[in-house]
Amino acid sequence: MSETKKFMYLNRRAPYGTIYALEGLEVVLIGAAFEQDVSMAFMDDGVFQLTKGQDTSDSDMKNFSPTYNALGDYEVNKIYVEQESMDDRGLTLDDLQHLVWEDEDEDYAKKPSIRVVSRQVMADLLEEQDVILNY
Amino acid sequence: MSLEVNGTVYETDEEGYLADLNQWSSEIAEKMAIDDGANLTQPHWEVINFLREYYEEYQIAPAVRVLTKAIGKRLGKDKGNSKYLYELFPYGPAKQACKYAGLPKPTGCV
Repeated sequence: MSETKKFMYLNRRAPYGTIYALEGLEVVLIGAAFEQDVSMAFMDDGVFQLTKGQDTSDSDMKNFSPTYNALGDYEVNKIYVEQESMDDRGLTLDDLQHLVWEDEDEDYAKKPSIRVVSRQVMADLLEEQDVILNY
Repeated sequence: MSLEVNGTVYETDEEGYLADLNQWSSEIAEKMAIDDGANLTQPHWEVINFLREYYEEYQIAPAVRVLTKAIGKRLGKDKGNSKYLYELFPYGPAKQACKYAGLPKPTGCV
């Protein structure tokens, strides 16, 4: 079997208005089948993708925010959110969906997937990756 | 393409997936199965109903790997394996069961 690589999907855009966020999420779900070491990072307006209570009824776009809750099923459970990007937009962890994954080895215990990290830590994480895909 | 059930015509895509999932009914699922030469039994419905609930919650049809794991958790390990699911849905559990459930083809399924 080939060596596992570290893949990071970097999300920097607001969820609606462009198709980037939805396309990026779909690529993550498809890519999850390849059993690589996958993580996602959210910074700049990308942090809005994870917010609770999204309502797209006045737009022509489907509200795909529930799909982020499926990431745990796809074993995507490292979701990094940049602290400074949240601060700049007046957001806190409480404004984001509570994303979890189930640990099969611990009787499906639900564990949080989101980790809020500083810009410096984010830079270090980016440095560690083999592949970065930017949406 | 289209599908006729009890005198009503429903629009489908070129692979027979229902265009509007809000139009779904169990009669539509049964008609699709008959057209494939299959007969839906209780074990089929367990999977179809699971898929509809999954879609309702997450707005996606799960990949087959995710489906298998989730069925195992929900319905027991003896059902959460690809042998069991392929026996029920020989054309591929995610693909075929999603079609009968009125869902779009699973993301990443080509």
